[in-house]
Amino acid sequence: MSTPLTLAARDSRTMLRRNMRRWVRYPAMTVQLIGIPVIFLLMFAYVFGETLGAGLGGPAGDRDDYINYLVPGIILMTVSASVQGTAISVAMDMYEGIIARFRTMAISRGAVLTGHVIGSFLQTLAGLAIVIGVSLLIGFRTNGNVAEWAAAIGLICLFSIALTWLAVAFGLKAKSVETASNLPTLLVLLPFLGSGFVPTDSMPAGLRWFAEYQPFSPVIETVRGLLLGTAIGNDAVIALAWTAAIGIVSYFWALKLFRRPPVR
Amino acid sequence: MTLDRPTAIAATGLRKSYGELTVLDGIDITVPEATVFSLLGPNGAGKTTTVQILSTLIQGDGGSVRVAGHDLGTDADGVRGAIGVTGQFSAVDNLLTGEENLLLMADLHHLDRREGRLRTAELLERFDLVDAAKKPPSLYSGGMRRKLDLAMTLVGDPKVIFLDEPTTGLDPRTRRTMWAAIRELVAGGVTIFLTTQYLEEADELADRIALLDHGKLVAEGTSDELKRLIPGGHLRLQFTDPAELDHAARAFAGSTRDDAALALQIPSDGDVHSLRAVLDHLDVASIEVASLTVHTPDLDDVFLALTGRPAEKEIVR
Repeated sequence: MSTPLTLAARDSRTMLRRNMRRWVRYPAMTVQLIGIPVIFLLMFAYVFGETLGAGLGGPAGDRDDYINYLVPGIILMTVSASVQGTAISVAMDMYEGIIARFRTMAISRGAVLTGHVIGSFLQTLAGLAIVIGVSLLIGFRTNGNVAEWAAAIGLICLFSIALTWLAVAFGLKAKSVETASNLPTLLVLLPFLGSGFVPTDSMPAGLRWFAEYQPFSPVIETVRGLLLGTAIGNDAVIALAWTAAIGIVSYFWALKLFRRPPVR
Repeated sequence: MTLDRPTAIAATGLRKSYGELTVLDGIDITVPEATVFSLLGPNGAGKTTTVQILSTLIQGDGGSVRVAGHDLGTDADGVRGAIGVTGQFSAVDNLLTGEENLLLMADLHHLDRREGRLRTAELLERFDLVDAAKKPPSLYSGGMRRKLDLAMTLVGDPKVIFLDEPTTGLDPRTRRTMWAAIRELVAGGVTIFLTTQYLEEADELADRIALLDHGKLVAEGTSDELKRLIPGGHLRLQFTDPAELDHAARAFAGSTRDDAALALQIPSDGDVHSLRAVLDHLDVASIEVASLTVHTPDLDDVFLALTGRPAEKEIVR
């Protein structure tokens, strides 16, 4: 009846419930993390949208074109803002002393981290639903069919899980709760330093090189291709390769950090 | 009295170092079931490290440990299933309520729902936390947090409990409550491994006390045995007549007289044998004594003599 696997699943569920409850008690962070991408979406659409749309160089080149261009970048920004919360809550755990208690109990070793990862993933999904909802309301129009939407969402989910493990490692690595969000903040900037907000062709040479090869751009380009019908080329393969690499490296890094002796 | 009990904790040759720094330098500990063992030592002596190793939090560099019949090296999960730990930093979830913290523990101990609720209600009652059950521990006083912490440790009915400085920073009243709770646990068959800086606490609770200093056990025994370990104990004879004091001072070589108080101090470790010798000597010399008191050094003297003052270190060696 209770094999190690079912016990591990049960412990992970318990930890997940704990994390969900913590968010309910401390909603400020969740609201802020989902609020950031929504604010950027509205700001870029209505403040910069008309000008940037003209800069896209399409036949019409107006605000509506820019909203379509913008949304895949904002979607990725939602993911990176959300994992910032993961790093903070992992770091909070590590410095609250309750982790030491968990470590001295006969519970599945990975349950603490699994609970964080699944919980964060669900939070990211909620954030994505809100951001995509607002996007549709302000005029995001796609020509993607059901299969293309499914593929886009699938890729975003995989990328989210990979970044969540990276954020868990950042949270474990952080010297304090205050510094836990430092490294993940870079993740929020990466859509800007890629093809998230403007095409990389418009950037100076050095920056363009970075923007084209960093992990966010191929993911953004693939999502854009699936939802808007732009060319995907080898971006899908590169995106999956980045996702796998980040996910696997972060997973083992996080486990290694978690097995370290406690900080106190 | 405790010799025939089975052993709850047996550690031999425990060592741990961090790089060049040796924290534990081969210590042996044996704790019989349903007794309180207290590890006493100044800050940095290695008390917390010992608890962390025995409670599976960190691995020692050498030595073997059995806790509640499970080998630490090969069956850490077996050890974890039998122990509870309340550290010096409170291990509660500040965003959950007191009740939810206890239910979380019940879930992690794989109790079924009904059982978990019963256990939670019972522990809230026992630690006088019923009124605070629906509030988060961030609103608790220090004493309430510590009580919740201990209650969480008890959810899984541990056989062996590690208490790492459980009353540090608590007010005297809450400290008494904790002591009562600890005594109750021991009466129920639980083994307690207690670290403390408070000599009074070790004196109150512990069946056996070990003094840890620079990673080594410098002394071990009952509170009384430890007090007898160091010189400084004496018999104090009180007189009413200065002539009798004179008489006595001549009769006992090595005594110290206090003319102002009309008292004489005779070095003694306070055991029955030496006490009888003094009484016999007083009889033979027909010295009239108003009163006699036995002064054994308290644990404070032991603590300072064995761990604190470098000048007195020869006593140990």
